[in-house]
Amino acid sequence: MGQSRTSKPLVIPSSLSEGVKVVETVIEAIQPYGYSDTAQFAIRLALDEALANAIRHGNKSDESKNVTIDFSVDDEEIRISICDEGPGFHPDEIPDPTLDENLERPCGRGVMLMRAYMTEVFFNESGNCVTMVKRRDCQLPHVPED
Amino acid sequence: MAEGESRLTIENSEQIIRIGFLDRNILEEAAIQKIGDQVSDLIDSTPNPRILIDFSDVDHLSSAALGMLITINNRVRAKGGQLRLASIDPQIYEVFVITKLNKLFNICDSASQAMSSFK
Repeated sequence: MGQSRTSKPLVIPSSLSEGVKVVETVIEAIQPYGYSDTAQFAIRLALDEALANAIRHGNKSDESKNVTIDFSVDDEEIRISICDEGPGFHPDEIPDPTLDENLERPCGRGVMLMRAYMTEVFFNESGNCVTMVKRRDCQLPHVPED
Repeated sequence: MAEGESRLTIENSEQIIRIGFLDRNILEEAAIQKIGDQVSDLIDSTPNPRILIDFSDVDHLSSAALGMLITINNRVRAKGGQLRLASIDPQIYEVFVITKLNKLFNICDSASQAMSSFK
């Protein structure tokens, strides 16, 4: 605790293996701040989903297009923005993957998981940049009764 | 990870195919695709496949991995087989509950419990 703020911009080509390195870089950078295992699990999960969306859906895995990641961490919160070069999308138009009729669909859970685990998730107007915040006092996820 | 190298352990025991993972994180899409293809080949070559996927030592799953498991489940059911998931870390199990996929899969606490649950 008592660490000063760390922030770092990263730019990667649209490659999922590059995305994995970003996740490890962020996880390493937050270590000195003493966030819980639960928070680190949330960050890894949400960041992986956001990067996969940016690389695969946003930039269509075109390695000539970049994904830009900005992250900052201090004692209060971890804040991550991820932008791709795609046209964007409307996150509210994704069908609810938890409805019975959608349970057997193999995709469409990424944004739902980001929202379940992060304190705040918001998109820019065109939908090609997402910002996610995990505050230290965040109680998410709320796990429904099994 | 070497190209083409399997990241699974596969053994046949009591006519049940037991599958485990060599990696703690199942996140990378190319690796997930390869795992899905490998398991699908096993399903295709087995009449009434009985498959146990053991998640011991797995710390993280992505939604792409969940998608792969759904596809495997659909293929197993299409062949009249049975699929069990076992030994899922509590934090990962929460992901199944949040996505309600705990309703879709037959999830057992341990591999031994899963082995004895096959019909």
